[in-house]
Amino acid sequence: MKELKVSAIKKGTVIDHIHSEEVFKVMDILKLEKHPEMTSIAINLGSKKMGKKAIIKIENKFLTKKEVDKIAIFCPTASLNIIKNYKVAEKTKVRLPETFENVIKCPNPNCITNHEEVDTQFRVIKKTPVLMKCHYCERIIDKDHFELVS
Amino acid sequence: MVFKDRDVISINDFSKDEILYVLKIAKNLEQNPKPLAKGKIMAPLFFEPSTRTRMSFIAAMERLEGEVDGFASSKITSVKKGETLWDTVKTVEKYTDLIVIRHPLEGAARLAAEASSKPVINAGDGANQHPTQTLLDLYTIWKTKGGLTNLKIGLLGDLKYGRTVHSLVTAMAHFNPKFTFISPEALKMPDSYLIMLDENKIQYTETEEILPAINDLDILYVTRIQKERFPDPIEYERYKGAYRITKNTLSSVKKDLKIMHPLPRVNEICKEVDNTGHAIYFEQAANGIPVREALIALVLGKIK
Repeated sequence: MKELKVSAIKKGTVIDHIHSEEVFKVMDILKLEKHPEMTSIAINLGSKKMGKKAIIKIENKFLTKKEVDKIAIFCPTASLNIIKNYKVAEKTKVRLPETFENVIKCPNPNCITNHEEVDTQFRVIKKTPVLMKCHYCERIIDKDHFELVS
Repeated sequence: MVFKDRDVISINDFSKDEILYVLKIAKNLEQNPKPLAKGKIMAPLFFEPSTRTRMSFIAAMERLEGEVDGFASSKITSVKKGETLWDTVKTVEKYTDLIVIRHPLEGAARLAAEASSKPVINAGDGANQHPTQTLLDLYTIWKTKGGLTNLKIGLLGDLKYGRTVHSLVTAMAHFNPKFTFISPEALKMPDSYLIMLDENKIQYTETEEILPAINDLDILYVTRIQKERFPDPIEYERYKGAYRITKNTLSSVKKDLKIMHPLPRVNEICKEVDNTGHAIYFEQAANGIPVREALIALVLGKIK
């Protein structure tokens, strides 16, 4: 039997195949510090594909589409396991949607979205590495400039 | 190709065929003016001053026998009282058939178009887009060279921040050009445009020296180098002098080289060049009128 380095959960979500440095971003996206139930995090686990990886197991939480989209932006390698009764009920990889509405801020200080009350809109123009184009100011931005709408 | 009720926000929204169609309509209207905007009102909303673009739009509308009612500065409007762009446009669209907007913020024209049920034409949104300038640049090249395909085009000056050169490069990429980018190292064409050219297999060279780079060009597009772009004023003075086009600079260029400039120029083209036969920057400015006439008539649905 496979030894579990992090305790299993009864029901909830396991986010696998994330890079260790992406853990805090996922915690931030899902606001895990406010999640009332147990969350286990393991970093620097051995992985054939990734060398080292991290896993987050969240008891009693199922992600919304918006949450999954946000994770896809920052952790494009992540996979999601939905756990029911200690078993994997569904396994999916995150996928970048073609467009994002009101998910990330435009880093261009002269963009109208930073001055008027308007939802940001971005279109993915390249998937690896991720490049997105602002629908309004047409600025192309990379991962280093992605910042979540608060 | 449907232009009726369409917004003109970015040159990126135009296909190759649409660009050529606008140029063809501009030529028809330049040769045979028609009262295509009779009974229609255009509202130029200029949230920042721009004398020549505003005058050119007004002249275009008046030549089509339409009427104009707008404002030339946000200082005299409710914007000063704190009204949002969205609300201003929502109000103005009720009084008018067409909105022309210039705004210091990037993306403002796109937002205005979303607020308005009437067509919106972008007359410049910050450092982003100025599609009517790009179309008049293309019209100028098309008219003077008899087409847009397979031309050798040099762009000189501030290629990093220059809105006009970015849009021109994007639009010309449809027509298999060969580009020569001449700029100081600090003001080079941004990588995102070079990647786009590589992906489209468009040839280009980059250099800091004007000569001999300009000697085999068909078009030389000159832009102003702005002092505020340089952290060191001594460096600015050096480039300002080095990038000045004089009669002497042109001694070995092709006979039919044409020199363009979006204007205003400061000192990057010496006045003695004006009557060499190479200079077409004043015709270029004049070409703004038929191009804007064409766009107005098209989005009003008066030409199909």
